[in-house]
Amino acid sequence: MSLIHWAILSPFLMAVFVPFFRKYIHKIHTGWFVLLLPIFLFTYFLQFLNETMNGKTVIKTANWIPSIGVNFTAYIDGLGLLFALLITGIGALVVLYSIYYLSKVKESLHTFYVYLLCFMGAMLGVVLSDNIIVLYTFWELTSLSSFLLIGYWYTREKSRYGAQKSMLITVFGGLSMLAGFILLSIMTDTFSIREMIPQVSTLPDHPLFIPAMLLVLLGAFTKSAQFPFHIWLPDAMEAPTPVSAYLHSATMVKAGIYLVARLSPIFAGSSEWFWIISSFGLFTLFWGSFNAVKQTDLKAILAYSTISQLGMIMSLLGIGSAAIHFIDVPDNLYMAAIVAAVFHLINHATFKGSLFMVAGIVDHETGTRDIRKLGGLMSIMPITFTLAVIGTFSMAGIPPFNGFLSKEMFFTAMVNVTTLDIFNMETWGVLFPIIAWVGSVFTFVYSMILVFKTFTGKLQAEKLPKKPHEAPIGILIPPIILASLVIIFGFFANLLVPSIIKPAVASIMPRVVEGKMAAIEIEYWHGWNTELKMTLGVFALGALLFLTLAKWSKLYNVFSKRLTLNNLYDYVLLSIEKTASTLNRFYMTGVIRDYLVVIFSFFILALGSSLVIKDAFAIDLTHVAPIRLYEAVLSLVLVAGVVTILFAKSRLTAIIALGAVGYSVSLFFILFRAPDLALTQLVIETVSVALFLLCFYYLPELKKKEKKLRFKVTNLVISLGVGTIVTLIALSANSNRLFESISSYFIENSYKEAGGKNIVNVILVDFRGFDTLFEITVLGIAALGIFGMIRLRLSRGKGQ
Amino acid sequence: MEVLISIVIGILFAAATYLMLSKSLIRIIIGTGLLSHGAHLLILTMGGLKQGSAPVLVKGTEQYVDPLPQALILTAIVISFGVTAFFLVLAYRAYQELGTDNMDLLKGSDNDE
Repeated sequence: MSLIHWAILSPFLMAVFVPFFRKYIHKIHTGWFVLLLPIFLFTYFLQFLNETMNGKTVIKTANWIPSIGVNFTAYIDGLGLLFALLITGIGALVVLYSIYYLSKVKESLHTFYVYLLCFMGAMLGVVLSDNIIVLYTFWELTSLSSFLLIGYWYTREKSRYGAQKSMLITVFGGLSMLAGFILLSIMTDTFSIREMIPQVSTLPDHPLFIPAMLLVLLGAFTKSAQFPFHIWLPDAMEAPTPVSAYLHSATMVKAGIYLVARLSPIFAGSSEWFWIISSFGLFTLFWGSFNAVKQTDLKAILAYSTISQLGMIMSLLGIGSAAIHFIDVPDNLYMAAIVAAVFHLINHATFKGSLFMVAGIVDHETGTRDIRKLGGLMSIMPITFTLAVIGTFSMAGIPPFNGFLSKEMFFTAMVNVTTLDIFNMETWGVLFPIIAWVGSVFTFVYSMILVFKTFTGKLQAEKLPKKPHEAPIGILIPPIILASLVIIFGFFANLLVPSIIKPAVASIMPRVVEGKMAAIEIEYWHGWNTELKMTLGVFALGALLFLTLAKWSKLYNVFSKRLTLNNLYDYVLLSIEKTASTLNRFYMTGVIRDYLVVIFSFFILALGSSLVIKDAFAIDLTHVAPIRLYEAVLSLVLVAGVVTILFAKSRLTAIIALGAVGYSVSLFFILFRAPDLALTQLVIETVSVALFLLCFYYLPELKKKEKKLRFKVTNLVISLGVGTIVTLIALSANSNRLFESISSYFIENSYKEAGGKNIVNVILVDFRGFDTLFEITVLGIAALGIFGMIRLRLSRGKGQ
Repeated sequence: MEVLISIVIGILFAAATYLMLSKSLIRIIIGTGLLSHGAHLLILTMGGLKQGSAPVLVKGTEQYVDPLPQALILTAIVISFGVTAFFLVLAYRAYQELGTDNMDLLKGSDNDE
């Protein structure tokens, strides 16, 4: 265990102590204690910048299950460090924000901070683990803590619904990812991502390559809310706003992005990877921004916006994967897409975090998040308004904020991809920039809706639950910090390039970047090029669409409200439950006969079919003893007894017939030279018949209860089947004797070793005495049981 | 001989199964009785029905029948007797308490805890 391990695990340790802070220190908001940890971790991780800037990595291993190669290996490189800084930095701001957002008195703060710290630790574990099994462990911990945080207000129906939905979808993806990881480890014979990368040249030919890729991508897409798995994210907005800001904009939803980026060195280069990631990403970009426009809840707009932006980053990672094919080309156009992805990842975390906080402030100060009720807050909440303008303009891609830069780079990548001459891009490639452009137009529209419908127009004071006023300064500090980062990264984007972006790109594309690092640069002004014209087009059309929103927003009504993915999800969930319970009711009837029918039918089918399949049936009459007259007659007597039982109308007939069968069996024992058996059988049959008579005296008359013919026929078929199978097996087994009996030993040694001449008795009490001991025990238990049943009479009241 | 006994065993099993599938508790118990007879005979037959003396050592005898299956059956007889006795009393008590021996009426409902 090194210091890094302790740093990753420290949130969990802290979580243990949080309830004590809550319990014993009442005057100070618990959040202040929690706040220290992410700040400390942030400064701790900042120190690693020196190492990663110089292209170095840090690896520390702590043994966990060394015998199967599962060890907690902490691995810090550019990509991991970028995420670690995002997690701890925004984590600190979110904790600060939550101190002012959550009431000290009303809320159960300790559960909130315990969940939040668990989430933070799990997320650090995801991004800093090299071992895929450990990565998976932390991955599921993020799902779990996210579930707990979404359901924080657990008394609300919608919170529980959202929590369950996100849990089901992300855990479904997580389990697929585990399967993908296992396939990966089978292919490479290691659990370590670092050790997988050198084997990459042999991997694409492996038959498991594509299944592993698909399964891993399923995990990444569900976590990062890509189409069609995005449906959980809008419902997760029932969580407290700090949670939405932290988990559902800046960190957890980027775990899928992280996974794609982390595994790019392994999978990138294959056309499937390129197509799946870029096309799903682009469609998610379009679908998210298209749907965001029709939302009326501030957080719902932001949720769809997050979906859309995640799709954008995903598609950039997909397009960037083409860079592998152009290693020898000096001017690598496609690697710019990776740079854009990393840059937008940072930008999105800053502006989306601040926007969620702004939405939370508006909610906090006015009591509603519905944009139909909001309006005219600009003069009342000037600081919040400024923050919202910075965030939304950056999101819409308006200069001089950082969103403009990453959107330009996004368009550059999309325009470049049309010139790609691999993967059949010449046919469909032209769609890429078009979809991207349309998606950006909608992005512009909802960004404008977000800021102008909330802050401009007329104040509808009568509709608001609270009298609006500017928020306290404490709650404004975190979004102010994030918004200033938006501006700083906008003006001084090149600050980030050598320190963070280059090392991160180097981790994503290790084979490509050598010698090309110098080429990475983010410039404000590229000249009068296609991208700039596209951006201007976005502004023009976006502004037009925003101003005429009332006229065309009816377009959304064209799509039926019932034909949505949410309804599909609900329907599938409901029908699974229904089908399962119908199935259960179908075969779990509660009637013993039905179960016996199933058991006996299975007996017939399984044994019968294996007899047929293995061709095991054989009759070999060479060893068979000759039939004597006695046995033939006795067999007839026995069968006659059995038939009498079957057709007996009175219980006495049945008992006597059963006795006759028992005595015939004991006569068989005599004929087959088994005196002890015959004796025992006689005695026991007599006692049994006596017992039957005793009990039957108290039991009702034998009545024919089986009146239906079908019932009888089923019984007849099954019982004949059972009888036939038993006979066939007996005959076949008898004809296939493999070796001689061991009984010669008993015969030889019965007198010599044990001093007895009755061999059966010697076996019972000497050679195999243990059987007898426990047979005695069985009799004893039966006797005690009978005694108990007859004597113990717990009346109904006492018994229950 | 083994063929004949095997057929008899088959008839015993078939009759036992038929009885166990019926709705009356008494017939089910009779069915289990027949089933154990069938099983005992099966063990004996599988041990081989060759001619020979009873397994009691007598000077001058060479051929004995196999003693091991006999020991196994003896154990099985006693155990099945114990179980049958228990089952009979259980049926008697069930009838006393519940007033029926119809298996269809003896099933619990979903509301029973």
